[in-house]
Amino acid sequence: MRAAVVQLLGPVVLVVAAALLGTLVSHSTETYFINALVNVAIVVALYLFIGNSGVLSFGHISFVALGAWTAGVLSVPASEKPAIMPHLAGFLQDTTVGNVPSLAVAAAVGGVYALLFGLPLMRLSGLAAGIATFALLEITHNVLRYWEKIGPGVTTFSAVPETTGLVQAAAAAAIAVVVAWAYQHSRFGRLLRATREDPAAARAVGVSVYRQRLVAFVLSGALAGFAGALYVHLLPLNTETVYLDLTFITLAMLVIGGATSLWGAVVGALAVSGVDSFLAEAENGVHVAGWTLDFPAGTRVVVVGALMALVLILRPSGLTGGRELAFPRRTRI
Amino acid sequence: MIAAILGVDWQTLANAVGLGSVYALMAVGIGLVFGVLRLVNFAYGQLVMAGAFALALSSDWGWPLWAGIVLCFAVVIALSLLMDRIVFRPLRGHSPAVMLVATFAVAFLLQSIALLWFGALGKIATSLAFLNQPVTIGGVDIRKITFVSTGTAAVCLVALVLLLNRTNVGLHMRAAAMDFQTARLLGVRANRVIAAAVLISGVLAAIVAVMLTVQTPLVTPDFALRDTIVVLAGVVVGGMNRLVSATLGGFAIGFASGLLGGALPTDQSQYLPSFLFAAVILVLLIRPGGLFSRTGQSAVERV
Repeated sequence: MRAAVVQLLGPVVLVVAAALLGTLVSHSTETYFINALVNVAIVVALYLFIGNSGVLSFGHISFVALGAWTAGVLSVPASEKPAIMPHLAGFLQDTTVGNVPSLAVAAAVGGVYALLFGLPLMRLSGLAAGIATFALLEITHNVLRYWEKIGPGVTTFSAVPETTGLVQAAAAAAIAVVVAWAYQHSRFGRLLRATREDPAAARAVGVSVYRQRLVAFVLSGALAGFAGALYVHLLPLNTETVYLDLTFITLAMLVIGGATSLWGAVVGALAVSGVDSFLAEAENGVHVAGWTLDFPAGTRVVVVGALMALVLILRPSGLTGGRELAFPRRTRI
Repeated sequence: MIAAILGVDWQTLANAVGLGSVYALMAVGIGLVFGVLRLVNFAYGQLVMAGAFALALSSDWGWPLWAGIVLCFAVVIALSLLMDRIVFRPLRGHSPAVMLVATFAVAFLLQSIALLWFGALGKIATSLAFLNQPVTIGGVDIRKITFVSTGTAAVCLVALVLLLNRTNVGLHMRAAAMDFQTARLLGVRANRVIAAAVLISGVLAAIVAVMLTVQTPLVTPDFALRDTIVVLAGVVVGGMNRLVSATLGGFAIGFASGLLGGALPTDQSQYLPSFLFAAVILVLLIRPGGLFSRTGQSAVERV
């Protein structure tokens, strides 16, 4: 019991600490912290499926994209819709909802979409599952890009109210952490982890690998949709923002943190976001302990890429080793 | 006749075959390394990109064509051996997920280096542009590059089959692809056989770089990225466990996308990736082990 509480508190404390740190800095730097917290929500959603099932998914950013589209289309003021999205379908043109309802609807849409694709896809495992989820990403990206009845198409999503502030981002990241924690301590989570450790043995004791994976896929799809809604309320997006680069960077965050633990997911998301933001600032010149750092533009991506590769080569099981946070126990003699 | 059955013109068919052959070569490059290392090399496209930049730069500098091609081969082969030494070797034996994400990181790194170095607008490789001129055969215009790439692919595949079946290195590679542990126990040298596979896959990447720069002379940092994604899908759809099925998968997806691109009306061709990847999902659901893999090979582990 105590161990389970520590496993929840660790990530939550980290999220709260990041948010508190964000209140101390200037307004322009605050955006980095909000962005990092949204990244935590996305990576925790990825973790819920990938970490617990051991199946690699490249498709989760499609849920993020769909969530962003849903929340974005629903919360652009009705008066501005015809100008930004002239081809929008009728009922979407008339419906406008507030911030919190748009998050909830985005989560629901993400979950339903994950169910729709999960029903066939969860029968696959290994490389076939990886490629099939990649195919899902490609299809979603392609359709969102060209189907102007459901969104702005290739143009950037503007006029979405920017309601994702520090408080909302921190609360949402904490919600994602709590959901993932509750799931992994539930019966479903334990059964899925059993199938990850040994699929054949899990099957032999009557666990349906397909059903357990589907449950996790839908739940993490809903979380990813939710995170996507946060994202669209943070900054103007287009289809390229929620595509390959985001897929790579969030997967890298998960693997760098340690893919098999919630603690690892949160640590990885915050650590990579932190380094990334620091370097982005350093490209504009930053003062650290009396030194002035001024990197040429473009160094950020090179350094982040190199760091990612380095961590993966030197510590393939991630910074946390894929273990949950635990206090050292007193050993009994 | 074949063209009439498929409902497309000969030009589309020829282009589809050309694209299929280039993709088949990429599929072999990815499949060879997967065979010995169980590693899906996502950074393969960046090898091709590096080669393409070598060609573009050498045409910028006014080098003769042969020198540009030599530079392209040198750069790509050096880079692929370096990648093996620095990245693949420390990761040997780790889980496929970690290795795949590591090659992602390498791909990302190489792409951002190219971005920093050459800028997002890229460079233009003009030295091979003459291959885009058409040849007229029986009233049909077919670009020279189609013949060149199909011919090169055929020669490469024949050479590879001979290498794999008639030489010691080939025997070792086949043995390692079947069961690496046992092959090592029987005296196959791990480093040597892996280096051979990486070297051949590098040579193929250089050839692909030359072919692709003819088709797309504008070389940008994301050059060949889309092609790599499509080829990876094709390789898995074909069946990753055997080189033959992987190659066929690569050819099939190139052929299919060339054909669909030519056959679909313009207002639908923007949805081409959706059709292509929906087909990928469908094939994977029906035959998860691969379209061209032998039946009876179950992917499920038995205890």
